[in-house]
Amino acid sequence: MLQVRNLHVSIEGQKILRGIDLDVQPGTVHAVMGPNGSGKSTLASVLAGRDGYEIEEGSVTFEGQDLLDMDPEIRAREGVFLAFQYPVEVPGVTTMYFMREAINAVRKHRGQAELSAGEFLKLAREKINPLGMEADMLKRAINEGFSGGEKKRSEIFQMAMLEPKLAVLDETDSGLDIDALKIVADGVNSLRSADRSFVVITHYQRLLNYIVPDYVHVLSDGRIELSGDKNLALELESRGYGWINDEVVPQAAAGV
Amino acid sequence: MSSAVEQLEGLTAQEYKYGFVTDIDQETLPPGLTEDTVRFISAKKEEPEWLLDWRLKAFRHWQGMTEPTWPNVSYPKIDYQSISYYAAPKSADDKPKSLDEVDPELLATYEKLGIPLEERAVLAGVAVDAVFDSVSVATTFREKLADAGVIFMSISEAVREHPELVRKYLGSVVPPSDNFFAALNSAVFSDGSFVFIPKGVTCPMELSTYFRINAMNTGQFERTLIVAEDDSYVSYLEGCTAPMRDENQLHAAVVELVALENARIKYSTVQNWYPGDKDGNGGIYNFVTKRGACRGKRSKISWTQVETGSAITWKYPSCILIGDGSVGEFYSVAVTNNHQQADTGTKMIHIGQNTTSTIVSKGISAGVSNNSYRGLVKIMPKAEGARNFSQCDSMLMGDRCGAHTFPYLEVRNKTAQVEHEATTSKIGEDQIFYLNQRGIETEDAVSMIVNGFCKEVFRELPMEFAVEAQKLLGVSLEGSVG
Repeated sequence: MLQVRNLHVSIEGQKILRGIDLDVQPGTVHAVMGPNGSGKSTLASVLAGRDGYEIEEGSVTFEGQDLLDMDPEIRAREGVFLAFQYPVEVPGVTTMYFMREAINAVRKHRGQAELSAGEFLKLAREKINPLGMEADMLKRAINEGFSGGEKKRSEIFQMAMLEPKLAVLDETDSGLDIDALKIVADGVNSLRSADRSFVVITHYQRLLNYIVPDYVHVLSDGRIELSGDKNLALELESRGYGWINDEVVPQAAAGV
Repeated sequence: MSSAVEQLEGLTAQEYKYGFVTDIDQETLPPGLTEDTVRFISAKKEEPEWLLDWRLKAFRHWQGMTEPTWPNVSYPKIDYQSISYYAAPKSADDKPKSLDEVDPELLATYEKLGIPLEERAVLAGVAVDAVFDSVSVATTFREKLADAGVIFMSISEAVREHPELVRKYLGSVVPPSDNFFAALNSAVFSDGSFVFIPKGVTCPMELSTYFRINAMNTGQFERTLIVAEDDSYVSYLEGCTAPMRDENQLHAAVVELVALENARIKYSTVQNWYPGDKDGNGGIYNFVTKRGACRGKRSKISWTQVETGSAITWKYPSCILIGDGSVGEFYSVAVTNNHQQADTGTKMIHIGQNTTSTIVSKGISAGVSNNSYRGLVKIMPKAEGARNFSQCDSMLMGDRCGAHTFPYLEVRNKTAQVEHEATTSKIGEDQIFYLNQRGIETEDAVSMIVNGFCKEVFRELPMEFAVEAQKLLGVSLEGSVG
């Protein structure tokens, strides 16, 4: 589904990613972990097409197409979803209006009929209730006055509405208490399917107790230094990230 | 400059959509302004002696005045002698009795603007007093209004048919000597609308006038007078757009509103005069004096404006709150793009007790434009318990435009409560990206964000007008929306 090859990215001349390789098969969940400043969020932003990042080298292929060549809205319509670490507020624009425009833009792109107001509302109610939110939320302006937990749940709601093929969750667990974390994880788990993949970016192992990954990658200083299964996350939890830099990197450099 | 900013500017720098010129023979006065010009206009309109005297007095006053320099705008000096002060479609002498008799080319002009007159009039139940250049050419629904006792006609007609009303109220809110442009207007005003709502009457329909400048080098000097007697209500809609041309055109209108006891006047404007091209050539100079007097107790005047056009806007729709418990409101969206300059806002003068006023101003600047809010809240000594709330928000699109806020406060009664809030924000690349990431393209995202920003103002507009306003905003800022 997604192939990242030797991806080098810089921001304003500063190198952030130094050769990322990542293969995501349909139906799999990949966790990308790493210390602050390792390039996790940059990877998420580049996949979604945020402005201001310079791709110096490498390629990203999504379902056989050059992802980097697409505008952000095309990527979204093709099925790439980013759950933002810091969802922005858009005053005066209701979540309902926003989501209806979004879902219809996506449907149009896929050659599907647009949803009527009634159909949209029915779908929205279906998707919002399991997240412990009221349909009233739809009438509020996008993220305006939302608590941290509400913002993250709204992201998951939007993901459920848009039914992406690849969902990138950028530190969705940050700032969540344990109850909210469970709700968000349940939301993600209910969307897991054989043809949908997830890249879960997180600093902490905690989230991975609830969203159990198939693969765990450790990002350090712009490179994936180590990949493994879910047990790698547990090892990181007990040994910390310092272990990667102290042992794994020198060994890799020495060709061990 | 990041590419997102460039993209934004690319989107905002689109051409004026409504640029075209209708070829209609004009009966035009050669350029120049003397007492003879004033006499010509008055004679052309077969005005009574008192009105000619009133005009001449205004003219003499104007001669001794100087153009204001305090607004935060700059433009080349206007040569008032190079402007023609009268133009009327030739058919003016034998005016059409119905829409069928209206010059089809003229009607086609409205069609091009998306304002099919008859459709609008019939389907929407709106009475339209269409001003094409300086003379009214079509008036509809007069009978229905007449049944209710409402007078809605061009001011020239009103001078003939209801001279006592016009004489009583004309200049009573904006005296001819009020300011440079008001004096000029008083001397040479060409036409405009007159509305009179008698005691106890709720006007049975929204009243609407479309203005359009369509003669080379012809200043347009509209005069509007609306009087609402005790316990009456009227909603008046004004909208305008003008064709593309190279030379600057002067537009100096005066609007006067009078609300007597318990009367309510809602005055809504969507202004889309030609703003000039993207290099700053051409465009309308819009120097307007709009003022309403809440003379009666518990009367209310509400101004709502959406200003997207003109090269220069100088405009402060104001309320003088004389009656105890009277209410003044000002809701404004001002959009400037490319080289446009706007200095707009309001004045709320609290004279009566327990008077309240609300100001909500939204300024949006794009391109290399400059957008200023200038507002005065004045609480006079006898205005016990007066209250004001002001909110002024500015949004910047790109990094070469300017937003300025000049709030003036004069409080002479210590029981007054006055609140002022102001914010300035840049249209967020983060916001645009967020919407992009959900599949929404940039143009639609910008439109969505801007319309959200203006929501508090748009919801004050009559429904049909709100849709038009959103479209205009789209046209002014994005190109393809609407």
